[in-house]
Amino acid sequence: MTPFFFIILAGFAVFCAISLVSQTHPIASALSLVGVMGALAVLYLQLGAEFIAAAQMIVYAGAIMVLFVFVIMLLNAGAEQEARRVSRLARFTGMLLMAVFLGIISLTIQAQFPKMGGVTFGAWVGGTAQEIGVLLFTTYLLPFEVTSVLILIALVGAIVLARKEI
Amino acid sequence: MNFLLISLIKTAVVLAVLLTGLAYLQWIERKVLAHIQIRVGPYRVGPHGLLQPLADVIKLITKEGFVPSHVNKLFYFMAPWLAVTLALISIAVLPFGPQIEVFGQKTFMELTDLRIGILFVLAVSSVGVYGVALAGWASNNKYALLGGLRSSAQMISYELPMALAIAAPLLLVNTLSFREVVNAQEGYWLGFIPRWNVIPECVGFVVFLVASFAETNRVPFDLPEAENELVAGFHVEYGSMKFASFFMAEYANMITVAAVATLLFLGGWTPLFPAPYSNVIPVLLFAATGLLLLIAGTAPARRMDKYTFPVVGVISLGIALIFGVSFLVPVVQTILMSLFWFLAKLLVILFIFIWIRGTLPRFRYDQLMRFAWTILFPIAMANLLLTALAVAWTTK
Repeated sequence: MTPFFFIILAGFAVFCAISLVSQTHPIASALSLVGVMGALAVLYLQLGAEFIAAAQMIVYAGAIMVLFVFVIMLLNAGAEQEARRVSRLARFTGMLLMAVFLGIISLTIQAQFPKMGGVTFGAWVGGTAQEIGVLLFTTYLLPFEVTSVLILIALVGAIVLARKEI
Repeated sequence: MNFLLISLIKTAVVLAVLLTGLAYLQWIERKVLAHIQIRVGPYRVGPHGLLQPLADVIKLITKEGFVPSHVNKLFYFMAPWLAVTLALISIAVLPFGPQIEVFGQKTFMELTDLRIGILFVLAVSSVGVYGVALAGWASNNKYALLGGLRSSAQMISYELPMALAIAAPLLLVNTLSFREVVNAQEGYWLGFIPRWNVIPECVGFVVFLVASFAETNRVPFDLPEAENELVAGFHVEYGSMKFASFFMAEYANMITVAAVATLLFLGGWTPLFPAPYSNVIPVLLFAATGLLLLIAGTAPARRMDKYTFPVVGVISLGIALIFGVSFLVPVVQTILMSLFWFLAKLLVILFIFIWIRGTLPRFRYDQLMRFAWTILFPIAMANLLLTALAVAWTTK
């Protein structure tokens, strides 16, 4: 049952990703990105990373993408103009190069990780909120704090840039 | 197989009750508002307008599904569907009672218990804004667009104090599962004060309620559909069932936030007094209501009450009898008592929602935003910090 769901979700994620780049309208692209994030969240859930899945939905799909959609709606951005017609040779070469690129990537992965076991769904149990919290406040305390300082700097920078006079 | 069967039965029961409840919540709202304004409200369809929700549903289904020519078709149809699906989905993780054993099958009184139930509800409610925002944008109408924009800005802003207000009681109970949150609130201080989170977290409770008014687009924060500025806001171009979907989504969201408040702050299905006393309360309450109505029915002020008072009185006496007889069957008693206390708290919160709608005027948009960021957010933050300090102090 689990591989069946995996194929459906992975297919949905890939479909949304292709739709994200091929749509001409910004709102449609943004919503495709939400679709990708939703599918990824469910994939995390299948792997046992329940907290990451919830955080993905709340932070990325629920907050960041809503802001994106908000800004697109506020600017009232229209559909993109179709690009100039591409020549048949360029299209053919593009396809060929993409196939080569994908081949190189899969070869590298196979060469780098030859002894990796297959993925087993639901076997890993370290993804609860408690375990992640413990890790964040013990092993990864420094990166965690540095990230929060980084976000604070970004916030202060945004306010300084946005204010007319200080 | 058993699991599948039980889940199917539970889903069917919960869905039927929820959808009927949605329709009748609207009837309750119209009645309560009417009585606040010294009117009688719906009165024509059935006794005291009790069949009004049915009439409304038939009207909405049989209306012509008109699609304006200038809309973005795909997103126009997607928006109401998204809104109602995301609004109804949260009920799946909300528990209404303890574990029970029926015909040898042990089961929980809920659809499913997630370890991250609270995060799930937060995630669903944060994605729920897409329905309203898309409806506003796809309608290709300036009023609808303004409504959609206001709604997304408002929901992003009020999500922060809401999440902070939710985090404070979670620190006390140390879990993310609704069932364990309720279990941690069982018992009594000094033998009679219930151990509900609302007592140490009264500030958080108020912040949560205020933020949930904004999250559900209710008065005094119903800027997205402000009638006198935006005609009808984000759903101005919608009719028939598509409009009904938004309507259902609003009421489903109301029920969800009221249920979350009940579970997190008011102890879920745990009774107000220790079990031996609290089990008698429903019997006494319904019996007293029934007797009072029977007595009042003998000398009614209005002609119609000659029939309605005795009928409702007999019904409440019947309910009192059911509660009384349930002492003989422990399982039925557990189910009835937990449902009684859960629904009592839920209805009190829903009544507060309607009461405020009948009392307060609408905020201005800048007041709404300033209120979220300069008042509600610092209060929620301070509350969370104080709770964290107290927890750290006491647990060592």
